[in-house]
Amino acid sequence: MTTTPTDGTPVASNGRPQADHADLAKTLVQRIADLRAWLFLAALIIGFEAWARSSFGGTFIFNPFNLQSIAIFAVAPLLLATGQTFVIISGGIDLSLGFIMGLAAVVAAHVINYATPGMGAPTAILLGFLVAILVAGIPGFINGLLVSRLRVPPFIGTLGMFGVARGVAFLLAGGTTVPVHNPLFATIGNGRFIGVPYIVWITAVFVLVMHYLLSQTRFGQHNYAIGANPQAARRAGIDIKSHLLRLYIMSACCAGLAGVLYSARFNAGAAQAGEPLLLDSVAAVVIGGASLFGGSGTILGTVAGAFVIAVIQYGLVFVNVEPFWQFISVGVVIIISVLIDQAQRRFSGGRIDE
Amino acid sequence: MNDVAQPILEVSKLSKHFGAVQALNDFSMAIRPGEVVALAGDNGAGKTTLIKAISGVYPPTSGEIRLKGAPVSFSTPQEARDQGIETIYQDLALADNLSIGANIFLGREPMTRKFGFLPVLDRKKMADAARDTMALLDFHVSRLDAPVSNFSGGQRQAVAIGRAVYWDAQILIMDEPTAALGVPEQRKVISLIHQLKAQGRGVIFISHNLQDIFAVSDRIIVLRRGVTAGERKISETTHDEVVKLMVGG
Repeated sequence: MTTTPTDGTPVASNGRPQADHADLAKTLVQRIADLRAWLFLAALIIGFEAWARSSFGGTFIFNPFNLQSIAIFAVAPLLLATGQTFVIISGGIDLSLGFIMGLAAVVAAHVINYATPGMGAPTAILLGFLVAILVAGIPGFINGLLVSRLRVPPFIGTLGMFGVARGVAFLLAGGTTVPVHNPLFATIGNGRFIGVPYIVWITAVFVLVMHYLLSQTRFGQHNYAIGANPQAARRAGIDIKSHLLRLYIMSACCAGLAGVLYSARFNAGAAQAGEPLLLDSVAAVVIGGASLFGGSGTILGTVAGAFVIAVIQYGLVFVNVEPFWQFISVGVVIIISVLIDQAQRRFSGGRIDE
Repeated sequence: MNDVAQPILEVSKLSKHFGAVQALNDFSMAIRPGEVVALAGDNGAGKTTLIKAISGVYPPTSGEIRLKGAPVSFSTPQEARDQGIETIYQDLALADNLSIGANIFLGREPMTRKFGFLPVLDRKKMADAARDTMALLDFHVSRLDAPVSNFSGGQRQAVAIGRAVYWDAQILIMDEPTAALGVPEQRKVISLIHQLKAQGRGVIFISHNLQDIFAVSDRIIVLRRGVTAGERKISETTHDEVVKLMVGG
C-alpha cells in the first residue's frame, strides 16, 4: 500500500481548512471517470442512431421494439453482474455464476413440470422459483466456505464450482434442454405490463433492492471496507468470514434468479443457459467502474455497463454488421474503461498498483 | 504529572512465552490519566509482544492487567477496544475508499430510517461526528465525503486517532505513529499526542525515534530481551542514558 504523496501541505494548527488533495480539476476528472459507463452508453446510442439514419433512414433508439429487445438482452447479464459487483468490490471474483444460472434454469424447469399437475400452475411456479434459487444457493454456500474458512483464492474456488455446477446441471438436464409445460410460466417470461416485459420489471425491482443493499446498509459498507483493507475491517470488528459466506450465497442467488427468468423466457431449462454470460457479467462490472482489485464499484455503474454490452450486441445486429464484431467492440470498451480508471487514479494521486 | 492519581492501566508481572522463548518476562508498568509513556528497545526486545498482550491479540502466559483497578482479561482485540484500550497500528487500519466518518464508525455504523420505514446508513451523523472529532484534534476538513485516500499520511494518522477519541478510548497504544511520515507531519502527530494528554487519556507510545520520545513523553521504559532494562522520567534522563539502556552498556 502506498499512501498519497506528501506534498508539503502546511500542517499548521491555526484552524484553517487544509488542502485535502481535492481541488476542482481533480474532482471533475473523477466525476467523469465515475460516469464513464454512462458516457459510453450515450456515445454508443448516438453512434448507432446516426448509423441507422444515414444507412437506411430508420431510427435506432426511438423504436420501442429496439428498446424492449435491448432491455431483454440485458436482463440475464445484468442479474449476474449485480451479484458479481458485490463480489468484485469485496476483492474477489465469482466464476461459477454462469453455470449456477444454468443449474437454476434446469431445476426450475423440472420442479415446475413435476408440481404443475398436482398443485396448479401458479403454486408450481412459485415453488419452482423458490427451489431453483435455494438450489443455486448451495454452490454459493460452498464457494463461501472455500473462500472464507478454507482461504481458497476466489478465482480458484469458484472455478472449481464452475465445473461442479456445470456437470450437475447437465446431469440433471440429461444432457439436453428441459421444456416446461406450464403456460402461465411462458406468460411470465414473455408477457408485458405497460409495454414493458415482466422479466424486465422483475429485474428492475431486484436491481434496485441490490442497489439499496450496497449503498445504504452495513452489509454494503462492510463490503467496501473488506475490499479496500481486510485487515482494517477485521480490526474494526467486522466478521469477515460470515460476511464472505453471505456474499457468495447472495451472488449465487442472483444467478439463480437469472436462471429462472431464462427458463421462463425460453419456456425451457438449459444447463448452458449462462455459459456465454459469465465474462459479460465481469465486463459489465468493470465497464461500470469497479476495480478488479476491490474496494470500488456501484450497482448503477454496473447497470450502465450491462447496457453498454447489450447495446453493442443488439446494435451491431440491428445495423447488420457481422456478429463477430460484438466481441471485438466489447473487448475494446473493456480495455478503454480500465485505461480511464488507471489514468484517473494516477491523476488524482491515489493508488495505482496494489 | 500527577503521581497520586489512580492509574488507568496497570500491568503487573506480565510474562509471555512462545514455547521456550521468553518474549516478555515479569514486566510491570502503570499509566495515569494524561500520561504519555514511551516504550523503547531494540527489535525483539518485547515491545510488540507487550502491546499485543495488553490489546487482546493474545493472552499473556502469566501476570495481571488491571483497568482502573479492576483485573481484566481480553480474548479478542474487540473486547479490549470495548473497554477503552485502542491500538493504532503503523499501517493505520483505515479503509482507504471510505470517508472519515465511515472509518470512524466502521463496524458499528449508525442507522436511521428513510420514509419512516427503510433502514439506511446515517451518513449525516457520521459526517457530523467526523467533523466534530477532527475539530477536537485541531484538524479541519473541507470535504467530509472524500475517501481517506485523498489525505496525506499525517492526516490519515489523525483519522485513526480520531476514531479512538470518538469511541472514548482511555488508553491509546500507538505503534511507531511517526514512522513513514515527513517532518511537518511528524510534528503534527506529536501535537496530536499532546492533545490526547491534555484530554486526560493515557498514551503508550512506541518509537525508535528518541527525538520524538523526548518531545512528547513523561516517562520512558526501556525493554531489553523481554525484561525492563530501566525506567526513567524524561525530565531526568538524556539521550545517551537511554541508548545505553537499550544496548545494555
